Amino acid sequence: MTAPSEPAIAAEGICKSFGGSLVLDHIDLHIARGTIFALLGPNGAGKTTIVRILSTLIGADSGEARIGGHDIRRHPDEVRGLIGVTGQFSALDELMTGQENLQLMADLNHLERAAGRARVSELLDRFELTDAAPRPVSTYSGGMKRRLDLAMTLVGRPDVIFLDEPTTGLDPRSRRTMWDIIRSLVSSGVTIFLTTQYLDEADQLADRIAVLDRGRIVAEGTAGELKRRIPGGHVRLEFSDADALRRAAALVEGASTDDETLLLHVAHDGSVAALRRLLDELDDACIAVEHLSIHTPDLDDVFFAVTGHGTPVESLPVTASRP
Amino acid sequence: MTTASYPLHDSATLFRRNVRRLRRYPSMTLMLVGMPIVFLLLFVYVFGGQLSHGLSAGLAGGHTGRAAYLNYLAPGILLVTVAAAVQGTAIVVAMDMTGGIIDRFRTMAITRAAVLTGHVLASLVQIVGSGVLVVAFAVALGFRPRADAPEWVAAIGMFVLFSLALVWLATALGLSAKSVETASNTPMFLTLLPFLGSGFVPTATMPVGVRQFAEYQPFTPMTETIRGLLTGTGIGSSAAEAAAWSIGIAVLCYLWARRLYSHHTPS
Repeated sequence: MTAPSEPAIAAEGICKSFGGSLVLDHIDLHIARGTIFALLGPNGAGKTTIVRILSTLIGADSGEARIGGHDIRRHPDEVRGLIGVTGQFSALDELMTGQENLQLMADLNHLERAAGRARVSELLDRFELTDAAPRPVSTYSGGMKRRLDLAMTLVGRPDVIFLDEPTTGLDPRSRRTMWDIIRSLVSSGVTIFLTTQYLDEADQLADRIAVLDRGRIVAEGTAGELKRRIPGGHVRLEFSDADALRRAAALVEGASTDDETLLLHVAHDGSVAALRRLLDELDDACIAVEHLSIHTPDLDDVFFAVTGHGTPVESLPVTASRP
Repeated sequence: MTTASYPLHDSATLFRRNVRRLRRYPSMTLMLVGMPIVFLLLFVYVFGGQLSHGLSAGLAGGHTGRAAYLNYLAPGILLVTVAAAVQGTAIVVAMDMTGGIIDRFRTMAITRAAVLTGHVLASLVQIVGSGVLVVAFAVALGFRPRADAPEWVAAIGMFVLFSLALVWLATALGLSAKSVETASNTPMFLTLLPFLGSGFVPTATMPVGVRQFAEYQPFTPMTETIRGLLTGTGIGSSAAEAAAWSIGIAVLCYLWARRLYSHHTPS
């Protein structure tokens, strides 16, 4: 896809308060056409509020934004003609079948009868929903609902797609499927604005990532750029008992311990020589190491580095639950 | 990608959607039509014998006993049908508003009013259908309307106009409700209003305070108008009052509903 001078999404100084508390604090965004942009942040950071403002659902208190060159405040209908939104909560009609939901979107997008039917069956096929098409949506699994939701967004062939936490609450396999779908979308030239609380998701999918914390963008760049912003990784050593852990901690400089899991974290640059020195030191002191793992910096570390308060528990996929 | 608006096309699409939803959720329609029918049976077969003694010859319309009361009651029950059915409107509107689909509609380039118009038209069809059922049931019990064709047309017109007013009211109540449960409760006061009017007994028999309320609330002139058109009792100024009430409520609630819709924020 060519990149015309006008970005797909441009926002400057977006502010929004709810009931006196500032939820968004001067948000600036420039998202090039045909790219995936991930807005990463914990629950309550303001991700959904940004999506709601950019998708014309609510107004900003101040600031300006353009989607595909159209001002969201002055020309909301032009913006609505360009965008597709898949929100955090399923935007489906549970009383209708999958087919009927898609057909409704075809009708509301004013597709010709034949073209609408063709688009519906194409999307059912692409999202592996053909077999489930005649069943009411209320019988669908979470992953199927999410796929149908996204398929409904795509009926009108939007240029810019907002995906607000597209994989929250999905099992790992459904998440992978959703990731593949998102990747395939961008290869067809659309721009994707994605919010997520999963660091690995942003890492996997996004061309550029912005970290949102308490209404402010605290870091922005490619995954690689963000990772380079933080010091090197560490080595994680696991011991069989608390005594060994304590002795090792006393021996190794600058290490931190976790008594519960019997883990020792040692800052490390990843070189073999340094690793050998570390193990020799422990060996000389007759301290047995049960397990060892080398940890290269990931976005978890980035999050900690840029926000100073660590990743929220919600960002762990295993404990994630929809609010 | 089109950005032109298609108000009729969009309204028709959403009307079809809502009718389909009502068909998928028949228990609600049955419950809402069941209520006026239960009232009809209760009042005719339990209270009717006694209540018919209080009806003057003019109101009895040539019938005697229970049949006289049935003929007096049927138009009132018809309006109970409207009041009960619009609870369904509030519920389905609130189901939409508290679900995610409304945000999808609001981020699409569709005519804004079409979402509401689709609900209102579907509810009107449901109410007219319920009205036909209730009248048929009353006729089976012995209700004998004497209206000629123009009077039937006028009665149906007034019924639809009044239904439209209450449907817009219920739509606004459904939009303003924070949950589906609230939405199913708030329009309940409407089902009381036919009792506090001339739906079940003439207002002249009520004590002063109640009578004044009864005479100045919209159900009374509407009941009087439909009763007059169907059974030949006096209408007087009731038709004009009923039309004014209906148009007033419809316009105000339409504006209210539109405002609520465009300022909707999810709970």
